[in-house]
Amino acid sequence: MTENIQLNSEGKLKHFLSIEGLNKTLLTEILDIADSFIGMNDQQIKKVPLLRGKTIVNLFFENSTRTRTTFELAAKRLSADVLSMSIATSSTSKGESLLDTIRNLEAMFVDMFVVRHAISGAAHFIAQHTSPHISVINAGDGQHAHPTQAMLDMFTIRQVKPDFSNLRVAIIGDILHSRVARSQIQALNILGAAEVRVIAPKTLLPSHVESLEVNVSHDLTSGLKDIDVIIMLRLQKERMTSALLPSESEYFKCFGLTEAKLKIAKPDAIVMHPGPINRGVEIDSKVADGPQSVILKQVSNGIAIRMAIMAMAMQKQGAVG
Amino acid sequence: MLDINDLLNTLEAELKRVIVERGLVDPLMIGIRTGGVWVAEQLHQRLGIRDELALLDISFYRDDFSQIGVNPNVKPSQLPQDIKGRDIILIDDVFYTGRTIRAALNEIFDYGRPSQVVLAVLIERDGKEIPLCPDCVGTSIKLNAGQRIKLTGPSPLSIHLQTLDAVA
Amino acid sequence: MSQIHIKQGHLIDPANHINRIADVYIAGGKVVSVTHEPAGFKATTVIDATHKVICPGFIDLSTRLREPGQSRKATFKSEAIAAASAGVTTMCLQPDTNPVIDTPAVAELIKELAEKAHYPQIYPIAALTRKLEGTELSSMLSLKQAGCIAVSNAQQAVKNLLILRRAMEYAASHDLLVMFRPNDYWLGNNGCAHEGAVATRYGLPSIPEEAETIALAQCLELVELTGCRMHFGQLSCKRSVIKIYQAKKYGLNISADVAIHQLHLTENDMIPFDSSYHVLPPFRTEEDREYLRQGLATGTLNSICSDHQPHDIDAKLGAFPETEPGVSSLETLLPLMLKLVEQGEISLQQGIAALSENPARVLHLNSGALTVGYAADVCVFDPELTWQVNAENWKSQGINTPFWGQQFKGRVTHTIQAGKIIYSLE
Repeated sequence: MTENIQLNSEGKLKHFLSIEGLNKTLLTEILDIADSFIGMNDQQIKKVPLLRGKTIVNLFFENSTRTRTTFELAAKRLSADVLSMSIATSSTSKGESLLDTIRNLEAMFVDMFVVRHAISGAAHFIAQHTSPHISVINAGDGQHAHPTQAMLDMFTIRQVKPDFSNLRVAIIGDILHSRVARSQIQALNILGAAEVRVIAPKTLLPSHVESLEVNVSHDLTSGLKDIDVIIMLRLQKERMTSALLPSESEYFKCFGLTEAKLKIAKPDAIVMHPGPINRGVEIDSKVADGPQSVILKQVSNGIAIRMAIMAMAMQKQGAVG
Repeated sequence: MLDINDLLNTLEAELKRVIVERGLVDPLMIGIRTGGVWVAEQLHQRLGIRDELALLDISFYRDDFSQIGVNPNVKPSQLPQDIKGRDIILIDDVFYTGRTIRAALNEIFDYGRPSQVVLAVLIERDGKEIPLCPDCVGTSIKLNAGQRIKLTGPSPLSIHLQTLDAVA
Repeated sequence: MSQIHIKQGHLIDPANHINRIADVYIAGGKVVSVTHEPAGFKATTVIDATHKVICPGFIDLSTRLREPGQSRKATFKSEAIAAASAGVTTMCLQPDTNPVIDTPAVAELIKELAEKAHYPQIYPIAALTRKLEGTELSSMLSLKQAGCIAVSNAQQAVKNLLILRRAMEYAASHDLLVMFRPNDYWLGNNGCAHEGAVATRYGLPSIPEEAETIALAQCLELVELTGCRMHFGQLSCKRSVIKIYQAKKYGLNISADVAIHQLHLTENDMIPFDSSYHVLPPFRTEEDREYLRQGLATGTLNSICSDHQPHDIDAKLGAFPETEPGVSSLETLLPLMLKLVEQGEISLQQGIAALSENPARVLHLNSGALTVGYAADVCVFDPELTWQVNAENWKSQGINTPFWGQQFKGRVTHTIQAGKIIYSLE
């Protein structure tokens, strides 16, 4: 990248668009700051005044109740004012252009956009064209990146297994269409994971997947050996109708995580899933609800991580005046 | 020369006087991290406070967030669930500009409405910027340019006057 | 009528094997001599071409001027000026205008627009199928008679191979050249970038090279079956070059071109999500670029085109996959060709031939050469003159080029079309 638009002139976080382009120190700082926000979950007052008076707009061009609510809660816990907008984009009618939507909101003096969009590169585009004082957080763009999810996954892993250099992580499922997987792979590699393994049928792997610095397996049984962290990805119904997979049951037979398959991994392996879970398709209920699952932890960690990222992105550079 | 025991003795005596004067009943003692906690630990013992010492981290209530950003080493505050109607003794090591106390008060009041707050500091120095003032002090001093107070601890607890290298 | 004397330039005329310092004499709209001053010649204009190159005016096999129908993006007027300043004296207009060039009326309209823009040498390419919908044949004969120089599918899909076969047979029966951009719509899968490491990293919907090579292979088989004369446009990958080479060796009557920017940029040059790099076919790998360059050097790909596609600003403002593909490229045609020469990939003669003699041969035009008696389409350029791609110098209405802001070496100083000076620098 010629110039990293995510960092301001002092190397501090300004936009949070992708894991790529950030270094280990910065990622670790995000995790450490999220740690300090975790303690707040137990307080009676789940609020700090850090972003008081700031206006954060959640611009969701793609529906997602779960991600949107965690961003809303995170912003509110930082005492910011939050505006949530769900903008449906139909493929036939264009309506207001992306740029016009942004400009109209900027005219209302907002401080931050949290953007989720179905097209890769949307968050980058907004960051490049928005007023200089506004920060942009990518809540997921097309198939490109979902960096806040990746960070909360890293945070969850670190809570249980603090040393990344020893970890073998397997990501299982639809890597091809997964922005979460791409961000997770980048984060794991930057944080120095011992190995990142992707396990999927060939139709669900992007071409040139090895260029992402991962090992590839098409077989769950052999692929799970020696694994410390298992990340299951969601299988979407459209994959069956686009000739990528024959059926959910066949997928579950080969790549579904059952108790038996789980035993192949290390005995203290943890099971993760970015959600929402398709029970009986990618993961068995017993495993999802079992003792090795940290799926619910991921959810509660989501707020702290997003608080950390939003607080860091809103810092201004140096002393004023 | 600053002697830690002298300061603690004076502060203890002052606090005992104010507790009676202001009619504090079963007070809750709160120490501000980090130096204030060390001082509070000593006083908590000396005064025989009933409730466990409460700890306050004001990092998220500071007024200079936009200049210095988020501190990555924050431990959460430990206050009891309900401080409504409680008498509070707030302890810090040094009272300087007053901003720390302003932040501490904001945070305490977010937890609930105390009956009253008594502020006790080991050292009050010159340089106030906010109209607040401690109720009890171990001592009041005026520092020269480039001097600052450093508390080390928790064990042994000691206090030093440092002269920073002259900056042009 | 003006009589033009171009003095002492480095004359490069590949078709006539000329490569020496010479003078060119133009009268009555034609080249009258490249050796000596003809008797009775009285120059009304003298062009001092010392230290400059004189060559045939460039013939562009694929351009889009956006009229009729999309004048927001560009007009004949603006692009004719751009073309003239780029040394281009003949342009072939792709049929995906609005309305599509599938009726003689549209072909006539184009002729009118060209005259109005004072740039008569714009040849419309007729649509292969009606409305470019890929299902019914267009009235190719009427279109040919109305001045269309070839037929093409532009960037559209032909519904199935049976229809493609029939379209090719019909074109062949009227001795029409079919210009074809091979792309399998289904394998292309609405992608916007090359299926490779870069698209994988950025999660961009991608197009495997097989979308081009498979469509090309199918078409080559149909060329043999139908005896149709075919020109493959804007090839982008190694395996396409190999197939063209093999097909030519085998004896098929085909030709192929490559867009000038494909000879320079690869997926690795793409600035992440910068829509200036959104083109179809997409920028591929360094190996593909290597083969495209070699293909040009060995003559397998004999022509270079600009693939000029000017856009309005809004078309390029958006998330990468949502932007419209295409580069405004007329004015970078010469400097980019010279860059290839500088890098030792091709000789200057080859570069000029790829822009003049060879396209003329593909189109069966008596042009692309400074043959005595031919219409005087001449380009004079200064190979050492440096200039920057910026608002001051750029003439096209579309500023969508990945080379914006770059310094280039080589600039046209004079362009003569049919004996008339249509451009001079300063």
